[in-house]
Amino acid sequence: MQGGTAAVERVFREEYGRLIASLVRRFGDIDIAEEAAGEALVAALEKWPESGVPPNPGGWLTTTAGNRAIDRIRREKQRDAKHQAAFMYHDDTPHEPTGPVEDDRLRLLFTCCHPALAPEARIALTLRLLGGLTVAEIAQAFLVPETTMAQRITRAKKKIAAAKVPYRVPEAADLPERLGGVLAVLFLVFNEGYLATGGGDPVRAELTGEAIRLTRVLRQLLPEEPEVAGLLGLLVLIEARREARVRNGQLVPLPEQDRAGWDRGLIAEGHDLVRECLAINRPGRYQILAAINAVHTDAPTASDTDWSQVVALYDQLTRLDPSPIVALNRAVAVAELDGPKVALTLVDRLPLTGYHAWHVARADLLRRLGRTTEAKESYDAAIAATQNSAERAYLSRKRGELV
Amino acid sequence: MTHYLLTVHGPAERDEFGNYGSKEEMEEAFAATGAFNDKLHADGYWVFAGGLQSASTATVVDGQGETPVMTDGPYLETKEVIGGFWVIDAPDLDVALKLAAEGSKACRGKVEVRPFDGLAT
Repeated sequence: MQGGTAAVERVFREEYGRLIASLVRRFGDIDIAEEAAGEALVAALEKWPESGVPPNPGGWLTTTAGNRAIDRIRREKQRDAKHQAAFMYHDDTPHEPTGPVEDDRLRLLFTCCHPALAPEARIALTLRLLGGLTVAEIAQAFLVPETTMAQRITRAKKKIAAAKVPYRVPEAADLPERLGGVLAVLFLVFNEGYLATGGGDPVRAELTGEAIRLTRVLRQLLPEEPEVAGLLGLLVLIEARREARVRNGQLVPLPEQDRAGWDRGLIAEGHDLVRECLAINRPGRYQILAAINAVHTDAPTASDTDWSQVVALYDQLTRLDPSPIVALNRAVAVAELDGPKVALTLVDRLPLTGYHAWHVARADLLRRLGRTTEAKESYDAAIAATQNSAERAYLSRKRGELV
Repeated sequence: MTHYLLTVHGPAERDEFGNYGSKEEMEEAFAATGAFNDKLHADGYWVFAGGLQSASTATVVDGQGETPVMTDGPYLETKEVIGGFWVIDAPDLDVALKLAAEGSKACRGKVEVRPFDGLAT
């Protein structure tokens, strides 16, 4: 492979999480790790376009960055007590191709998703340190000014250092709860990509792709955790439908999608994961959501969908998570089984008037019941409650079709 | 090891049972807090701790000018004030947060955890 700038940058991004995580373990400091990684990139950009990408680019970057970090610490150690301390206590155990290196990323993921950090900072740090996205890219993805995102990340890093948020995989007793926080961050990153909240691109494949990539890493690291398999299954089964989900700038809802446009490879992977979860038999939120998506992707046409199975799975999910949002999704499935009238009764009693999906569901049910005037009002409320251009286009069309 | 300040926040206005509800509940909270303090000593996290008199007993002093200016009452007039605190020495934030959760349960209040930027000796 010839190492043009683009090739170097691609390798760098692929290796970034691993690189930063191993540097954070060695030097105990995120800033030192990021600086050293940046210097290693500069070195790679100088060297690789001429010499070609080395056979083990990750190893090359890790060694180069490690040397740069040590050089820097030596240079600065007279005047900077903190760096001196980092140098004196740094863990210099050599990294190995498997095992410890993988654990480094897991440790850092738990640090980035620590409950003591603000939720939006957890997402940003995860994308920055493990996903290798630039601050500008993360700011763009979440539609905030770059300076705001930079401050958010800096503040979180400062808290990690000053309050001593540990770089550690939680103990077994705390793992389920802490793992829940990590999975929630990955799911949020995915959702922001799958139905962007802002007015930019309606679907951001780089975010869905990054969430899936990080969840795959997590699954390699924690292969025994069924909720990790469940989340990965859920994400690939949704991602499989991404291409069919927007047509001519309009969102295409599940029943109207061209199923030939679904990614069969991802669906097969998702179904395997769901089967694996069923065999483990320790159900959880993400596993059940994955199973629901397995039922959808198992049906050759929308009318072949086993809705009683979908409702049964939502019943199971409600027992774990009796939230109004789960109840809303369940009601949408109930509409297919027991009709829109029954479903509307369920929807109307939910305290979700500020949630755009509630208005969307209500508008559709009212439309199906022939209550046109109310349906129009609900479509208007739904359109007002979303910035996503593809969803607005779809809702406007549905509203326009009402006579 | 890092020093952390654990401050207990509670209502500024205290009733006769210190907002614990009843004499029994107040005594239970005191006993639980005492047991938690013993545990901090036994496990080596203890540095210092204490409960404070009500915020209305506070005086603010501004000594920056030529003559100090005294003002009756707390610096900030808020509904929630610091009722007491612990200073602990813990290896990392996870340990500090766990201890804060135990302390919060014992004393029946919300606890803020804040790292020290060094201690004067």
